[in-house]
Amino acid sequence: MTIVSDRAFSVSRLPGFATIAVTVLVMLYLPIVLLVLFAFNAGPSPAIWEGFSLHWFPRAWANEQVKEATIRSLVIATSAAIISTSVAVLAALGTTRRRKSPGQTFVYLMINQPLMVPEIVTAVALLILFGFIKVATGYQGLGYLILAHSAFCIPFAYLPIRARLEGMDITLEIAAADLYATPWQAFRHVTLPMLMPAVAAGFMLAFITSLDDVIISLFVKSAGQDTLPTYMLGQIRRNMTVEVNAISTLLIGLTVILLTAFFLLTRERNRPQK
Amino acid sequence: MSSAAEIAAERKERRRSWLLSAPALFVLLFAASGPLLIILVYSFLPPGKYGNVEWGFSLDAWVGILYSRDIFDGTYKLADAHLTIFWRSLKLSLYTTLFTFLVGFPTAWFIATRSAQMRAVLLFLITIPFWTNLLVRTFAINQLIRNEGVVNTFLIWTGVIDTPIQIVYTDFAVFLGMTYVYLPLMVLPLYATIDRFDMRLLEAGCDLYASRWQVLRHVIVPVVKPGIIAGSILVFIPSLGAYVTPRILGGGRNMMIGNFIDLQFGAGRNWPLGAALSVTLLLAVAVALFVYVRYATRDDNRV
Amino acid sequence: MSSAIAIETRRALKEYGTGSHAVRALDGVCVRIDKGEFFTLLGPSGCGKTTLLRLIAGFETPTSGQILLHGKNITTVPPNLRPVNTVFQSYALFPHLTVADNIAFSLRMLGRSRSDVLQTVERMLSLVRLESFASRKPQQLSGGQQQRVALARALAPEPKVLLLDEPLSALDLKLRKEMQRELKRLQTETGITFIFVTHDQEEALTMSDRIAVMRSGKILQVGAPREIYNHPVDRFVADFIGETNFLSGRVEGDKIRLSSGELVAAETEGHSGSVTLAVRPEQVGICPAGTSDSLTAEIVDTVYFGTDTHCHLSLADETELVARLQSPPSGNIGLSRGEKVGIKFNPGAVQVLNE
Ligand SMILES: Nc1ncnc2c1ncn2[C@@H]1O[C@H](COP(=O)(O)OP(=O)(O)O)[C@@H](O)[C@H]1O
Ligand SMILES: [Mg+2]
Repeated sequence: MTIVSDRAFSVSRLPGFATIAVTVLVMLYLPIVLLVLFAFNAGPSPAIWEGFSLHWFPRAWANEQVKEATIRSLVIATSAAIISTSVAVLAALGTTRRRKSPGQTFVYLMINQPLMVPEIVTAVALLILFGFIKVATGYQGLGYLILAHSAFCIPFAYLPIRARLEGMDITLEIAAADLYATPWQAFRHVTLPMLMPAVAAGFMLAFITSLDDVIISLFVKSAGQDTLPTYMLGQIRRNMTVEVNAISTLLIGLTVILLTAFFLLTRERNRPQK
Repeated sequence: MSSAAEIAAERKERRRSWLLSAPALFVLLFAASGPLLIILVYSFLPPGKYGNVEWGFSLDAWVGILYSRDIFDGTYKLADAHLTIFWRSLKLSLYTTLFTFLVGFPTAWFIATRSAQMRAVLLFLITIPFWTNLLVRTFAINQLIRNEGVVNTFLIWTGVIDTPIQIVYTDFAVFLGMTYVYLPLMVLPLYATIDRFDMRLLEAGCDLYASRWQVLRHVIVPVVKPGIIAGSILVFIPSLGAYVTPRILGGGRNMMIGNFIDLQFGAGRNWPLGAALSVTLLLAVAVALFVYVRYATRDDNRV
Repeated sequence: MSSAIAIETRRALKEYGTGSHAVRALDGVCVRIDKGEFFTLLGPSGCGKTTLLRLIAGFETPTSGQILLHGKNITTVPPNLRPVNTVFQSYALFPHLTVADNIAFSLRMLGRSRSDVLQTVERMLSLVRLESFASRKPQQLSGGQQQRVALARALAPEPKVLLLDEPLSALDLKLRKEMQRELKRLQTETGITFIFVTHDQEEALTMSDRIAVMRSGKILQVGAPREIYNHPVDRFVADFIGETNFLSGRVEGDKIRLSSGELVAAETEGHSGSVTLAVRPEQVGICPAGTSDSLTAEIVDTVYFGTDTHCHLSLADETELVARLQSPPSGNIGLSRGEKVGIKFNPGAVQVLNE
């Protein structure tokens, strides 16, 4: 790619900007590409290339800890995404397309709170609270992780749903009422089908967010409840092997797939409206 | 004048709104906002011998943020180690914000001035790293710069150096890592404002004898200021509370405040101090957000 | 005799907002609309036409007053329980449903049987001549086709009254003319009462059985198009419906003395003192200057329009007047600027309005 040439005068072209931009894009991908590349390394080092091989993937999966952490991560992410998306749909219905009120601002602040409070603070707060509950009830299960993940996933599920609702023509629901739909039927047959792409998008963002979480999981998990990220963080202490690259590659792949789906879903929404 | 029926409808509407928001509020109150109050309470309790707390009232944790007590004569003096950590957190966060802006602005500008199709592709390319696991991205940087990493291995192999350059476990490594992981947070809001920028303003600027740099300084930057502020806040806040990146790239010594809090709940066994530090961090973030909201809602900054 | 009345509003009053911010959109509207009638609400933008329709549809409840449908008070009945349907200005077609599913929507909501739904949809599609578009999505149709789907959808449940809020305003002129005829045909074929909203007086005149002219939340006059055109009750109605010349004068017995000093014949019964005369431009004839019973005028300007010619005239006291001539006037009148001519009003064309 040639970056700067003696092109015709263009007011929007600023000298050096293209060079910086291309460098930034390259630097953004270089570490990730190398990480993925070395996942296919035949040798044991994530820095010295010894030929192509796929053997790190089955090897990682053969590791009982990796397998358990993967399943646990998926269970948590699925549950948290379902819970956060469900409550986010309801909250979005309750807070959009109405006159502004102080109560609504409060709800909006509450929902976005996880985006503003540093994760480490929430993590230690949950460590204390769940510590009490664990002692009081004796329950040590995945419930704590699922609940904590559900909470910080809510804003990610909420935002696309809210955006879609606000962009939706309210006349359509009025039209449904005019055509003899009860309020529930209007929601079921008009609002919900049109909201579905955004619900799916919100679900995916919540899923990715849960799958990526390290800090809160680290503080909330009981003994032997490693998720994939906390397991990987533990490995940094030991001598790093290509196993981590293999797991990372799979996570990156999953993210790219979900994001592509997200983009296709949200792009679809611009079509029906004019 | 509105009829009784309208008032009743309004009230019903409001109740419905609360009912619909209730499940989300419950989850958040229980597992996100509520627990923050416990932190506040804990910061006023004395520490337990083996972690956790004892019941009582104590300001030790708050004093302990800045001062340490001499074990022998009981006098207080400034805790240098703590100050170093605070200073490092602030310094690295500011550097990260500044540097992500310096490289992020040209990137956002470049993307925003491409064709619509190219723009979509480039934006997607920025978004993928943004959503890629933060831990994975930090690992990626780590594998690149550590002593046995790709860069050092390559330099030794080509004979440029004999012994690896120590990058990892320095402040610079933490700065590099944070710049890398938070860069999309700067580019995306900048892009959003530049995208709305009316390019005719540039022609007007050039027409009125401004050079390219004068246009940048006097036309572009003032107009896209809201985006610059938003991007800076989005980078500064997570930088200040960073935990994963300094832990992996800074090692045990180059702690930031997030790791310092973690330490109090682990080996440090001083939960109240950890709680007080958490509240302090929260307040710092609140101040940053307050400044942002004050600025963002000032009328003359609306575009 | 309430059996002939489809819709009746009794002092329907609607205010938006409260306290000092209240906007009175409807100011005690009383109107009776007959069954099977093509009834038009005509008035400038903001006069309350949409508000009146929304009260009838049930999307809003009146601040005070009542709405009756076939003699039954439906003021507070929710829209989904009213046998009244709306064709929305923006069509409001459901983007996630096909044309057929859009038309079937109300039938399914009402729990009609599958075969009934199928039959009705088929019938509606052929009524609006869209048989081959059944499985398309609304966004794959042209504006005119979407319009017809909206009509079919609203007609499918056979409402007692169909409400149309400026349904043609989004269409271009040619398509609009076509849809005007189409609407009229649908109304005749189905026999359903249509309440049609427009701010286009020509549209109102050509389509309606009766017209209500509205202004600032009030109905000024209700009547057949010809009646409203020929006998407007006041200056606003006369001005809003077609072009009109206004002349001021005083009643003198069975004649009126204009401000120019000349006398004209008019139906003066019930009027006295200062009055305004309204004369349509096409009712103004031009004759050679000095013809008996003519007013003296000077030609200011002539504008050629193809089918007719507009002649701008000025009376002795500089009162301006327009004459619309279908053919050149007889006699040797050149219609050139500055020429002195006589003008005559057709018998019965002069409307006397109170000041
Ligand atoms: N939802 C509303 N809130 C406040 N004012 C409204 C609302 N709807 C209409 N109005 C006001 O009521 C008046 C009548 O509006 P409308 O019935 O829409 O007029 P039309 O359809 O004849 O143009 C206007 O002055 C308008 O501004
Ligand atoms: Mg209207």
